[in-house]
Amino acid sequence: MTATAEPEVGKARLRKEDARLITGQTKWTDNLQLTGMLHMAVLRSPVAHARIRNIDCSRATALPGVAVVLTGEDFAAEQGSLPCAWPITADMKAPPAPSLAVDQVNFAGEAVALVIADSAYHAADALAAIDVDYDELPVVLDLEEALQDTDLVHPDLGTNKCATWIFDSAETGSGTNVEDEIASAEVVLERTFRQQRLIPSFMEPRSVVVDPSADMFTVWSATQIPHILRWMLAAVSGISEHKIRVIAPDVGGGFGGKLQVTPEEMLCLLVARRMGRPVKWTESRTESMLSAHHGRDQLQKITMSARRDGTVTGLKVELLADMGAYLRLVTPGVPILGAFMFNAIYKFAAYRFVCTNVFTNKVPTDAYRGAGRPEATFAIERMMDELAAELGMDPMKIREMNWIKHEEFPFSTVAGLTYDSGNYEAATARAMELFGYEELREEQERRRSSGDPVQLGIGISTYTEMCGLAPSRVLGALRYAAGGWETASIRMLPTGKVEVITGTSPHGQGHETVWSQIVADRLGVPFEDVEVLHGDTASSHKGMDSYGSRSLAVGGTALVHAADKVLAKARRLAAHMMECDEADVEFATGSFSVRGTGTVRTLGDVVLAAHVAHDLPEGMEPGMDADATFDPDNFSFPHGTHLCATEVDTETGMVRISRYVAVDDVGTVVNPLIVDGQVHGGLAQGIAQALYEEAVHDEMGTLTTATFESYLVPSAADLPAFLTDRTATPATSNPLGVKGVGEAGTIASTPAVVNAVLDAVRHMGVRDIEMPLSPERVWTALQGGQS
Amino acid sequence: MIPAEFKYLFPSSVDEAVRMLAEEGEDAKVIAGGQSLVPILRMRLAAPTALIDIGGLTELTGVRDDGDSLLIGAMTTHYEVQRDHLIHDHALLLKLVTDTVADPQVRHRGTFGGSLCHADPAGDLLAPALALDAVMIIAGPSGRREVPASEFFVDYFTTALAPDEILIDVRVPKYTGWGAHYEKLNRVAQAWSIVAVAAAVQVRDGTIAAARVGLTNLGSGPTRAVDVESALVGQPVSAIAEAALRASAGDGYKDNLARVLTGRALTAAVAG
Repeated sequence: MTATAEPEVGKARLRKEDARLITGQTKWTDNLQLTGMLHMAVLRSPVAHARIRNIDCSRATALPGVAVVLTGEDFAAEQGSLPCAWPITADMKAPPAPSLAVDQVNFAGEAVALVIADSAYHAADALAAIDVDYDELPVVLDLEEALQDTDLVHPDLGTNKCATWIFDSAETGSGTNVEDEIASAEVVLERTFRQQRLIPSFMEPRSVVVDPSADMFTVWSATQIPHILRWMLAAVSGISEHKIRVIAPDVGGGFGGKLQVTPEEMLCLLVARRMGRPVKWTESRTESMLSAHHGRDQLQKITMSARRDGTVTGLKVELLADMGAYLRLVTPGVPILGAFMFNAIYKFAAYRFVCTNVFTNKVPTDAYRGAGRPEATFAIERMMDELAAELGMDPMKIREMNWIKHEEFPFSTVAGLTYDSGNYEAATARAMELFGYEELREEQERRRSSGDPVQLGIGISTYTEMCGLAPSRVLGALRYAAGGWETASIRMLPTGKVEVITGTSPHGQGHETVWSQIVADRLGVPFEDVEVLHGDTASSHKGMDSYGSRSLAVGGTALVHAADKVLAKARRLAAHMMECDEADVEFATGSFSVRGTGTVRTLGDVVLAAHVAHDLPEGMEPGMDADATFDPDNFSFPHGTHLCATEVDTETGMVRISRYVAVDDVGTVVNPLIVDGQVHGGLAQGIAQALYEEAVHDEMGTLTTATFESYLVPSAADLPAFLTDRTATPATSNPLGVKGVGEAGTIASTPAVVNAVLDAVRHMGVRDIEMPLSPERVWTALQGGQS
Repeated sequence: MIPAEFKYLFPSSVDEAVRMLAEEGEDAKVIAGGQSLVPILRMRLAAPTALIDIGGLTELTGVRDDGDSLLIGAMTTHYEVQRDHLIHDHALLLKLVTDTVADPQVRHRGTFGGSLCHADPAGDLLAPALALDAVMIIAGPSGRREVPASEFFVDYFTTALAPDEILIDVRVPKYTGWGAHYEKLNRVAQAWSIVAVAAAVQVRDGTIAAARVGLTNLGSGPTRAVDVESALVGQPVSAIAEAALRASAGDGYKDNLARVLTGRALTAAVAG
């Protein structure tokens, strides 16, 4: 075994995963072909709200290749209700959520019938031959109208209000009473922001294959959560959990959109059980946009109180959050994740958060990159700019006045969290330097005074986020149904090679590379000698999967603990082999040696000795494997300063990002190349919310943006060259010092862009423009009209 | 992609293609580069009974010099148009417009004639074809006929092509030495134009001798800003700003864009 001299952690390793991904050697779920496999196609409701009078399947059943056509009635006794794991309050209203509609449809795109056929073509052909008689009901689309309960999404519930969740710093003791602060404030600002509905737009559409053979249900799914999925499939279907194996093969992106237990996964399982044959379902892009969960969709009313010197004294947040028609896995909890982030990096005396969750006749919402935290960050960063404008202060100065100073960590926030670490001054100083803040301000002034048709604006976002989801006791206190721990196993093979099994479930992040780097350093083995296994409940029987920037902070820590267990046992055996006291054994670069002698045993020697087990210390088990499970004490808190310059063409309303600087502090960086990639992709998605993406419904509740022709996802051609850099303030809550990077770019960038656009045109009388800031909206705002 | 079932036919000559089209009836469809038709098939917005793939008709590709005009084969890809020397020298506007079509993959598959026949009012090539007085050369059961662009584009996604006809060539008069520019406003690179303006200008001794201005996506088909064109003839270049205001009379967003982008397109064409 060769020792690695240079540390792997910190090295910009090319990703182990990429060769197979970019040369077509991987197998996506849709590539699976099983003998005797049937294909499932889903008929979806074209209307947003209706009673189903009748479904006539006779024509479809007679078509070539069709094995059977099934409706909700066929599954009424066995399909149960799709799980919602986050009942945020004791009195939360939760409607039954059938996988296949039985007598009522509640959003356009809801599954109404299934064709099971011998090919995907025959299955799709037969959909048009199913005759459904709908008795249409009034549609509920607008959040504020929904709360009047004039028309009800679920009449049995008696209301469209799902739940109201409140945090108040006066009640928890983390701060004062916000109403008192507002009443006595020198400045009070009230603003309303709309977080438009977004579609996660993962690259690989969802796909499921279920094989019911050999006394086992093997489920392949393009999912982020194989472990949770197995648990939930068992709980809902009644099939014993030990008879379900879930495999998430290579998965092409998720962004939270595959953090779900979907109707189609449940239906493939039920159909496979009924037919006794393998079943595959793969969605089209439009089908995905019509039925996979959406993200965001909140109306935010924000009240900020401050002193004239710029000190913020209180923040009141009143949210309406659109659940859509049903509560999926964590639907009601997504806005609650934001509750702890509206105070962001600032020190307020008082904070109150009230969120009302509302049902509408739309696709259910759920986690989407950032999940609650981007919404919060947008609101507070917009408000800081509003306050600066109100007081005529520099927006960066006003942030500096209010943020937590680096010497004040650990810091207990008004929202009840403890930020372990951070250095907002350092990240900001670096960002300002890279950006050329003062020169751009001068350029802005020049364009203003000359009346340049292309105005310049500067937008700031000094963000933080809570990552590393999550301490199990906190999740319990928030009424979440599961824990937040993570596991790792290390299997030392007889030849000294290493297998790592992780309970996290990568779907594009690069865990195989990063986990290998960590193990290589910890055990002193070559990077290439580590194989990382994931996404199969048969090899990793427990795990909490990947979302919320948790995998490295939580799962990486479990990995370090497992490696330490391996080393502890190996050290004991090495001492035995070298006939010395364990305390005299030193370990460096993959070898054990006895202090003061030339005696050496490599880790490989020791592992082999453990494996053959010919001569082990008294009571030692053969083998050199170790498992570890880590439950974090605290979240991690990445932060950073993003600065955006936009050029706004006042004649056309077109916005162009002319400079973007992102200085992020994600703690220790294991692989800078992967971190850069995460930041770039995150920025693209955050910028997309600011400028491009919006799920639009017509007055009938039909999604009118159900293709990439109308739902505008930006490409590299639309984005500037990002200037990225980092500061590194290690997290104190885990041994790696890592904080998580998956959502930082998305969380930070949306307000930076919108602030920049408004900064460019504020002097022309524009105070707000609704997202996305399309050229037409910007131009209309400049004409003095409604944006 | 899971389209409805169709018969696939691969003719080896224009005459055979025309015969197939007649035989298969009005539910048959010609497929060229497929960049518009395939998405329609994918979404099952159309279910033609037969697709007649004219991708094998090499006689329909390439650009020929025909004296005072160019003949552009209908199956010439956007990529080929972008790189063709005759087009660069005599119809620069077409090259500049084609440069902005979608992305490289689409430009390698999509064809000049296919875009014109699809007649999406937001499609980029319609406005320059109209402005440059292109003439469509069409093959049908009764032989060849010619239709000027001004009569070819009828309505949204509708042309003067009969169901049994195929566009084979496009004749474009030479605009040798003219300045040209395409000013396009779209939200992302791959999105359709909100509005775009194709302009070609002939300047002699500081005076505008002639101008051609076509507008993309302002109506049910391409439109030509004839008022702008005529206002410019014989005028100095400085007259552009005033003349551009005639591009549209309305006060809506797209009308504003038509005026602003016309001014910018003409200015850039002159500077060209």
